[in-house]
Amino acid sequence: MNKPTGTATSVVDLTKVKPYGDTMNDGMVQLSFALPIPHGPEASEAAKILAKKMGLDEPSVVYAKDLGIGYTSFVVYGKCQHTVDYTTIKVPKVDVDIMDRTQCEKFIEENIKRTVVIVGACTGTDAHTVGIDAIINMKGFHGHYGLERYHGIEAINMGSQVPNETLVAKAIEAKADAILVSQIVTQKDVHIKNLTELVELMEAEGIRDKVILACGGPRISHELAQELGYDAGFGSHTYAEDVASFVLNEIVKRNMV
Amino acid sequence: MMKSKLNLDPGVIDSARSCAARIANDMQSFIERHTTVSTERTVVRLLGIDGVDDVESPLPNVLVDVIKDGGGLPRGAAYWVGNAMIQTGLSPQEIAEKVSAGALDLMKLPTATAAEAEAKIMPVVLETLEKIKAQTAKRDNYIATIGEGKKPYLYVIVATGNIYEDIVQAQAAGRQGADVIAVIRTTAQSLLDYVPYGPTTEGFGGTYATQENFRLMRKALDEVGEEVGRYIRLCNYSSGMCMPEIAAMGAIERLDMMLNDALYGILFRDINMQRTLVDQYFSRIIIGYCDVIFNSGEDNYLTTADAYDEAHTVLASQFINEQFAVLANIKEEQMGLGHAFEMDPNMENGFLYELSQAIMAREIFPKAALKYMPPTKFMTGNIFKGHIQDALFNLVSVWSGQTIQLLGMMTEAIHTPHLQDRMYSLENASYIFNNARNLGDEVEFRSDGIIQKRAQSVLAEADRLLHDIEKEGLFSTIEQGKFGGVKRARDGGKGLAGVCVKDAQYFNPFIPLMLGGAK
Repeated sequence: MNKPTGTATSVVDLTKVKPYGDTMNDGMVQLSFALPIPHGPEASEAAKILAKKMGLDEPSVVYAKDLGIGYTSFVVYGKCQHTVDYTTIKVPKVDVDIMDRTQCEKFIEENIKRTVVIVGACTGTDAHTVGIDAIINMKGFHGHYGLERYHGIEAINMGSQVPNETLVAKAIEAKADAILVSQIVTQKDVHIKNLTELVELMEAEGIRDKVILACGGPRISHELAQELGYDAGFGSHTYAEDVASFVLNEIVKRNMV
Repeated sequence: MMKSKLNLDPGVIDSARSCAARIANDMQSFIERHTTVSTERTVVRLLGIDGVDDVESPLPNVLVDVIKDGGGLPRGAAYWVGNAMIQTGLSPQEIAEKVSAGALDLMKLPTATAAEAEAKIMPVVLETLEKIKAQTAKRDNYIATIGEGKKPYLYVIVATGNIYEDIVQAQAAGRQGADVIAVIRTTAQSLLDYVPYGPTTEGFGGTYATQENFRLMRKALDEVGEEVGRYIRLCNYSSGMCMPEIAAMGAIERLDMMLNDALYGILFRDINMQRTLVDQYFSRIIIGYCDVIFNSGEDNYLTTADAYDEAHTVLASQFINEQFAVLANIKEEQMGLGHAFEMDPNMENGFLYELSQAIMAREIFPKAALKYMPPTKFMTGNIFKGHIQDALFNLVSVWSGQTIQLLGMMTEAIHTPHLQDRMYSLENASYIFNNARNLGDEVEFRSDGIIQKRAQSVLAEADRLLHDIEKEGLFSTIEQGKFGGVKRARDGGKGLAGVCVKDAQYFNPFIPLMLGGAK
């Protein structure tokens, strides 16, 4: 744990952290939301009462706008009463030292000594391939090359709207070391159902413990992934090297060499 | 022609355009030899056949499946319906219901000649065309009387999955200034080989494109349009496996804009290229006939490929889409050619390149209803920066004179727009459009500066790519992954089984009449 940071005016108490607006512990929070009631003084009062119930002291409606169908949108500020004990927080993370592409390639050469096969897909009705493309396709994303570029990795991108059955069949056929599933669309929690189904299917096929299974997407955390029976989950701002580092280390750890 | 601000060489533009025309013509001879199940279902829909059987199969599917299974598809559904009318004296709808109930075997009736069958259905054909023309006249009348918004049109989406909830949001957006409402379709529909029936209340990621949903939303937008004194356009998708069927439904229910692009279906939905190019032809004829603006999907290339490096593929595809539209007799003003503001915001001078390309599109397609798509790929969840990215996008649009501005949402990459997201987005665009309305008229660019050179090089590369495509043929160009970096096989993808070669007596009565602009 880092030492508490001193400022000119006050010192943060990490056991009782509050939002910082422009003064330590002022608790300032900005909100924006709409209420299904007509624009007017009553609507602004309703927004204020609601903000109080959310735990905000001295709520102030700084902007209210008529949305045109008897609804109103608000911008509200208030002072949060609650605090958080930062010192007791533990967040599960993918626990691996990230290697860059060259280090990954060297790692394969030295420790695995064969081609690693990774199959990826965007499953279910999800048609958004931006995530899986960023991880697998040669070009990658934001200057981070995708797995197709890695010597020693054979990466198969099955694209969008792939049924779980097809993905599992491909993984078996290609003798995949790892399966990567991307889920971008999370409306009505469809990704949970989809991801769970894949685990069940792999168990039914008897390959769940033979294959490293990871999922990714903007709404996916490592914690959620583990709850669903995945080995790892990758959220926003993760790239091919994060996934590769995890998969390659797992292969060695599980003696799948 | 007005003087090019980008100093574009008209010779290169002509070269690219005529090359695209040869590519489209080459494909057209393939298209004209073939028909598809969805094309034939469109014919029967236009003959008035609608509804579902007791297991929810649409009657157009039931009827065309019977024809296909009986080996009659190469002759065309119009023949078989016309023949059944002669032999039974029933109406097309009655015929479909009897066939569905198993009380009539369409393929075992005595057979009249093709000319007799065509003559028999002609009154039904003309009646449908009149119905469509009445809708077109109604739109014209609305625009002439209550008027419409200034260009760029403000285009927003609704995507609740419940058409009744969509209506609430669409009416709110109309009152907040939206000119176009696009009702987002559930992604799964593009791969369905039938059009679902009735209103959608529990769609996933959107509603189904159904005739009833079209009708409900049209009525809601007309109400708001009359109230606010501005015609509000309705947009949906004539795309996927049922392109022409949905175009026909849209014509009948007065949609104003439809997403319609075979290349998009091939690349991003893995629909078989032969199937969807044949489907696209009839869908565009319908779209052209009823003055709908089609939106092509080039912008999507840039969600998978790099917006700077691959800009020329967008332009090349626009040239090809333009020529396919010419073959379907679509007016330039109805060509909603797509492009997008999708460069990495960290790129130095990215704004200059975006501006250059947007002006380039306008100069090359001066009358087209250019559809300009917002940043999506580099939206991060930082809504504050996202709102600024959208502001730059809006500035380029008004500066370069785009026609359809698909508004960006600061909450892109987080969720489908909340009610107030749409309001803030409309406010953003209205502010910038008004504040910089005539900027484009005032500014010229330095000769051989960054902006001029960028457009010139994109055009030159597009011209080269088009010549490569001409040499290769469009099918094999797609097979090689030259658009959007996605490779598709000629015999791969979904829907090839629904394609067949027409026989010598095949006829589709709607094609010549619609191409000829019949009353």
